Amino acid sequence: MPAVPGSPDGAAMTMRVLAAMSGGVDSAVAAARAVDAGHEVTGVHLALSSNPRSYRSGARGCCTLEDARDARRAADVIGIPFYVWDMAERFDADVVADFVAEYARGRTPNPCLRCNEKIKFAAVLDRAVALGFDAVCTGHYARLDNGRLRRSADAAKDQSYVLAVLNREQLARAMFPLGDSTKEEVRAEAARRGLAVASKPDSHDVCFIPDGDTRGFLAGRLGSAPGAIVDQDGTVLGSHDGSYAFTIGQRKGLRVGTPAGDGRPRYVLDIQPVSGTVTVGPAESLDVREITGQRPVWTGCPPPHGPHGCLVQVRAHGEALPAQAALDGDLLRIRLASATRGVAPGQAAVLYDGDAVLGSATITATA
Amino acid sequence: MGYSGSTGGSPRQAQDCLVYLDHAATTPMLPEAIAVMTAELAQLGNPSSLHNAGRRARRVVEESREQIAEAYGARPSEVVFTSGGTEADNLAVKGLYWARRAADPRRARVLVAAVEHHAVLDSAQWLAAHEGAEVDWLPVDATGELPAETLTARIGTAPDTVALVSVMWANNEVGTIQPIADLAAVAREYKIPFHTDAVQAAGQVAVNFAASGVDALTITGHKIGGPVGAGALLLARGIEPVPVMHGGGQERDVRSGTLDAPAIAAFATAAQIAVKRRDEEAARLAGLRDDLIRQVMAAVPDAILNGAPPGPGRLPANAHFSFPGCEGDALLMLLDAKGIACSTGSACTAGVAQPSHVLLAMGADEARARGSLRFTLGTTSTPADVAALGAVIGEVVDRARRAGKS
Repeated sequence: MPAVPGSPDGAAMTMRVLAAMSGGVDSAVAAARAVDAGHEVTGVHLALSSNPRSYRSGARGCCTLEDARDARRAADVIGIPFYVWDMAERFDADVVADFVAEYARGRTPNPCLRCNEKIKFAAVLDRAVALGFDAVCTGHYARLDNGRLRRSADAAKDQSYVLAVLNREQLARAMFPLGDSTKEEVRAEAARRGLAVASKPDSHDVCFIPDGDTRGFLAGRLGSAPGAIVDQDGTVLGSHDGSYAFTIGQRKGLRVGTPAGDGRPRYVLDIQPVSGTVTVGPAESLDVREITGQRPVWTGCPPPHGPHGCLVQVRAHGEALPAQAALDGDLLRIRLASATRGVAPGQAAVLYDGDAVLGSATITATA
Repeated sequence: MGYSGSTGGSPRQAQDCLVYLDHAATTPMLPEAIAVMTAELAQLGNPSSLHNAGRRARRVVEESREQIAEAYGARPSEVVFTSGGTEADNLAVKGLYWARRAADPRRARVLVAAVEHHAVLDSAQWLAAHEGAEVDWLPVDATGELPAETLTARIGTAPDTVALVSVMWANNEVGTIQPIADLAAVAREYKIPFHTDAVQAAGQVAVNFAASGVDALTITGHKIGGPVGAGALLLARGIEPVPVMHGGGQERDVRSGTLDAPAIAAFATAAQIAVKRRDEEAARLAGLRDDLIRQVMAAVPDAILNGAPPGPGRLPANAHFSFPGCEGDALLMLLDAKGIACSTGSACTAGVAQPSHVLLAMGADEARARGSLRFTLGTTSTPADVAALGAVIGEVVDRARRAGKS
């Protein structure tokens, strides 16, 4: 059994731990491991949907009555008290509204990251601490090493990217018991422990868009906002019903009738939310060497005032690319060693030193 | 929802000495009721069968019917067994509405107190959504009481448009007792059937069906020391609701389903004992409850006691408070961690507490409604239980206040 991180200098220390239990296999095993490590654990399921009355089949979110029941049953099997906390209003204001507003600005947000920053390790953590808990435990695949966030042992499941927005205070109260394990190990352990969620499918969708139709969800929230699709010369190639349906680097679904002059595929290069103009062009025009980010967070090293050599990851499950990063006032400036493509404003730029997270910022501009 | 925290094997939860202050959710079964039920579980026979085994089971049911009738001032023929309070409330509200509407299509109004249990509340709302009913919510005062004049005014000049009136005998959250005889007399004057949900009242105050003048009255076993799964609707002669469940017509042709002889026998045993011990027990519980109120108010001087003042207008075993600046679910969780079981007393969706419709109807704002807790005593309650709560409620409220409203 891997040691549960979170206790200073790794010494065994009994803490009062609040385990966030989504109803999935990962958070259930994480809670069980926290119990094994000697902590006093209480399970909490976060009700995030304002209308959780539906039982759905197929793709799984984290907002259904079925998930609440699965979480309750897992807590029963583990033998810990269990409650449901209503976080629907906070979630709607801090995550869903932000998601919609970011798309309306022509950006591509990551709601899981925002949920970690604003809900799990803010609203929930604050309430837990006030109620006498020492830490919040989740089923994220990431490691904590003396307060520093590191990638998980299972590279394919690593979730350090969506946790890199957390600051030092938040990380000091976080516990990720699954960081040293692979998903297969966690599923096998869940089965050994008699947890019925052992074979429950992973969630992939945005949890508040259960049918996976992000474009339809945004259209419902933002309405129709027609605009032009143009090439880099400004020639109008077609039209669309809302620029929020596009992401930088997108190739499919452009619905531009005439082929490009050179016959090569075209990609979304730029989104102007006010005019609604979407610019498309060849792949090489997606090349980015410089990235600007706002709201930088530093947890793995002192804030770098001069250029600092590191690796940068610009989307979940993306590659880590060699770069130099430096603070420029409130902004983070990143220069990549070689060009990359498909960098979308709204995503996080996460800086790594090897597998250790140094810090992060929200991408606002690229060049 | 009541006591919903899971109990498992962790050290903190392994406490044997639970302080149970949630008797309004369900009561511990009386040993006498357990003995009767377990003995009957070993017996064979469907009470509707004509052979010897059936006759034996039928005899158990009919003796139980007589005991329940005697306990609550009804005739045996007026006792219609159901699976519990919810089914009895559904049968009364829907069944009487359908029957009255069929006899006279003008009778579409359903007059229901705004503080009813969801079994009545949601039945009325369902009739409005699907059956053309017009629900007229009867307002209550700040203590939760519905004065008879309010009912008179609502029936008003159009008594011919009313299908039925349903007002609970005593409120399950704040314990306020309604002037049932006065309310029933108003309905009777206009020949309108009157139903009352007496589930909470039946174990604590005198409930006499005939003397009250009501036409239909709901009781259930597990609130008076009997088992879950056995209840009854007392139905006056001549009051014939349309059935909700169809089948063998076992109970006066208004309720179908094989009668649960073991649970019914235990229900009847509990009813007999509860009524026999009622006056003495009510006085004992009122004393304990008053002490609980004193201790909570001493520890939390700004706590608000909701409902009618202690006395004849309030259930003797009920205390219900709002704690300003707190969330009820945080208080419940902190008390649960200390081995004290109580309730936020409100309805749940996926376990999420909604602000109580009862407190909102009494004029409380949403914050006060959310920050409330119900403590209810019963046969097993002791001064030590009250002292255990008194010892921790101050620090628990302090901590919940730090967690604030989330």
